[in-house]
Amino acid sequence: MSTSAAAIAPERQTRSSTKPPAVRRSKDTRRKARNSVIWSAISVVVFLFSIFPVYWMVNSSFLPTSMIRGSELHLWPGSNFTWRNYEVAIFEQDRSPFGPALQTSLLVTFFTLIFALLFAFLASIAISRFKFKGRYTFIITILAVQMIPAEAMMISIFRIIDSWQLLNTIVGLGMVYLAAVLPFTIWTLRGFVNAVPADLEEAAMIDGCSRTKAFWKVTFPLLAPGLVATGVFAFIQAWNEFVMALIIMTRPENMTLPVWLRTFQQATMATNWGALMAGATLIAIPVVIFFMIVQGRMTGGLVSGAVKG
Amino acid sequence: MSSTTLENPTAERSSGSQPERKKRKSPLPWFLLAPTLIVLGVLTGYPLIRLIIMSFQEYERAQLMGVPAEWVGFQNYTDILTDPDFWTVLARSFVFMIFCVFFTMLLGILIALLMLRLNKGFKLLTSIGLLLAWAMPQLATMIVFGWIFDTEYGVVNHVLTSITGNDWMGHSWLINPLSFFFVAGIAIIWQAVPFIAFTMYAGLSQVPGEVLEAAQLDGTSPFQRFRLIMVPFVRSILTVLIILSIIWDLRVFTQIFALQGVGGISEQTNTIGTYIYQVGMAQGHYGPASAIAVILVIIMMAISYYYVRQTLKEEEL
Repeated sequence: MSTSAAAIAPERQTRSSTKPPAVRRSKDTRRKARNSVIWSAISVVVFLFSIFPVYWMVNSSFLPTSMIRGSELHLWPGSNFTWRNYEVAIFEQDRSPFGPALQTSLLVTFFTLIFALLFAFLASIAISRFKFKGRYTFIITILAVQMIPAEAMMISIFRIIDSWQLLNTIVGLGMVYLAAVLPFTIWTLRGFVNAVPADLEEAAMIDGCSRTKAFWKVTFPLLAPGLVATGVFAFIQAWNEFVMALIIMTRPENMTLPVWLRTFQQATMATNWGALMAGATLIAIPVVIFFMIVQGRMTGGLVSGAVKG
Repeated sequence: MSSTTLENPTAERSSGSQPERKKRKSPLPWFLLAPTLIVLGVLTGYPLIRLIIMSFQEYERAQLMGVPAEWVGFQNYTDILTDPDFWTVLARSFVFMIFCVFFTMLLGILIALLMLRLNKGFKLLTSIGLLLAWAMPQLATMIVFGWIFDTEYGVVNHVLTSITGNDWMGHSWLINPLSFFFVAGIAIIWQAVPFIAFTMYAGLSQVPGEVLEAAQLDGTSPFQRFRLIMVPFVRSILTVLIILSIIWDLRVFTQIFALQGVGGISEQTNTIGTYIYQVGMAQGHYGPASAIAVILVIIMMAISYYYVRQTLKEEEL
């Protein structure tokens, strides 16, 4: 960093002395104004490209089938607005039903969330508040384990879950998800625990608190936002997961929502795109809402560690 | 960076070596780690070992029924490595990954640079759009893109017909493997760009303004300023982002599998993840599929080695 700044600095003096500053400035402001219009216009294009698929999904979900299969495009449902696609997606009987899939998804997600938070909380305390032999190895392990792709593990995990008679059970899928989200959850939570100064605890201990009491009274309340953020991550991962749900929940009545969404497309039937878009919207809504709550944490972590002069 | 200094190893050391030694002997951290170690051991470690064992066995449908699995040494590996199918799939996965990573990084960086130049209102607008794209579940995204590129009623065919005057209605985007991967690539890049853009923006906005201004007065071009000032400043973020993108774009199971469901011939569009599924889960050749999976794990570990090392260095553990 400092080297490039130094290399540029001397040149600056020679250059700026050759040009009258006043002329430069007025030219600059005009150019700046023109540029800012261009940048704003490009940003609108970026915005439109970003939201188009989402908008198209929601728009199609409110259009009647006749208009979806029409010869013209309908950019807005307008007076033809209908809830029919949602009714079909949720209540139609010729596919696996929505209700049980929602229930399975909620239960598996809840199972994953609770245990991931609890276990990750304990582990993150261990690695950020204690120095012990094996700590470094443990950290390397949780970083490396995250890189093992689910696709590689699906065969052996399927075999193991099958041999334990846990196929098509909440516990079976929940355990697999727990193992999948724990490393990331521990790593995120560890950042939050580190951010609470150990000095605060020590100060409380000097004031007569025991170590445990100091932790619960001082550090834990400060960790609450971290627990919420980490919990939301675990929620989103479990809610969206598809590969493991596909191979572990083999019976139609035990499907999770992502697997359920795939039942709209069958080789023998024309796809009902309206209902499919309604289904996709239903699955996306909770994720989008939760995601908005915690998005700031996601990039923050990477940058705070990685930017250095 | 503040997070690591707060850990404060110096303070502990200065308060005497006794508490530190006491802590090291205490079994408490291991009690705290126990639940995690059990879960990871049982559901990551054990399956990994089983996977490696299976890759050295003859393991077909019959073995699921209880027929004992025979050891076949490296047979599965030699079968796989001499199978042209495997090499085609591997090459396809890597070419597709390079395509996706290149355009994701390019667009992400350009959008980050754009956001640096926007005023508050337009920055917020761009952020909202990017956040929506980022938040969408992968599976829903692929299905929506399948709909956008639908053969009969897709919006792309509608628009192309009215722009070019030619009749695009009925043009199938997913049957041809090349345009299948074009559609898959667009969807994957659309979803991956926001993370890169936000992270790069956060990194680039910490480049000191005076330095950039000084360089501008010297008459450097915007590209020179980017290459000579910004890139060195955010080099470590950039490397981590590229590695993460490589890893994410190599493991695109959900996306490819979902798009194959919408339309598309799986034999011609398999990437390494869906290939394992097809050979293992669909055809029941568990032994060879395990061998492919082991090879994939080794590739992934090799790629992430640098990421892990970099992260450990940044965190000053």
